[in-house]
Amino acid sequence: MQKELVLTIARALVDYPEEINVTEEEVDGVTVITLSAHKDDVGKVIGKNGKIASAIRAVLTAASKDRGKIRLNIAD
Amino acid sequence: MKTISVTGKTVEEALDNGLNELQASREQVDYVEIQTPKKGFLNLFSKPAILEITLRPNPVGEAEDFLAEVLRCIDVGLEIESSDAGEQKARFDISGDQIGMVIGKRGQTLEALQYLTNLVANRHSDQYLHIEIDAENYRERREKALEQLANRLAEKAKRTNRKVALEPMQAKERKKIHQTLQNHSAVDTYSDGKEPRRHIVITPKGQENQ
Repeated sequence: MQKELVLTIARALVDYPEEINVTEEEVDGVTVITLSAHKDDVGKVIGKNGKIASAIRAVLTAASKDRGKIRLNIAD
Repeated sequence: MKTISVTGKTVEEALDNGLNELQASREQVDYVEIQTPKKGFLNLFSKPAILEITLRPNPVGEAEDFLAEVLRCIDVGLEIESSDAGEQKARFDISGDQIGMVIGKRGQTLEALQYLTNLVANRHSDQYLHIEIDAENYRERREKALEQLANRLAEKAKRTNRKVALEPMQAKERKKIHQTLQNHSAVDTYSDGKEPRRHIVITPKGQENQ
């Protein structure tokens, strides 16, 4: 579900939605979601000063309430 | 994206035909000329114009689809009601049992959702479309609460003759407080600190430099 949420948001923001990849793993009780995108799209999921990334994190954190800790990494 | 192919004696005529077929206005489509029309001789050797017309995605629709998809992922039975807010504006009101979840602390989650939805809506449009996302009239309630807070703390500053610092707020909320107290007879306001800790300070008049 959290993975799907990140996928949905990221795909709507980029030029190459088919190249968006999201993985989910459990590290020390924290759900770690890693998002990767086409190299021309990385900026579109991070934004100036990470503004877009922060917004994605805010929505993800809200959606993960009662589901434990969550972290979002963006691979470059 | 929907694309159709149309013909006509001239480019204009072909375009008109296409717009009719798509029930769209000129601003909603892009077209490519596939074949340039030729007049010919006595209708012999003449060639019609052939255009490929593409309907541009409707930004409000795109935004609503996006928001619906995000809420579906969050999966707590939230609903969207859209309303027309005027030219180049749209408004979506979210409602549901767990509405607090999309509002977040001091409206943070709602702001994030609104920011992302605006990005999606404006990806393909050349004119800026502003989308406001609200949650059971949270914004209006928050505005009223901020006004009351401002007035109450202004009274406190006046009564105690001391500065009163507020908790950090977004720029829009700080503006609301500045505006509320702009013409207050006994206090002044200013903002202090750096984002995201920037906050309002209310001071009794004539005490700014202390």
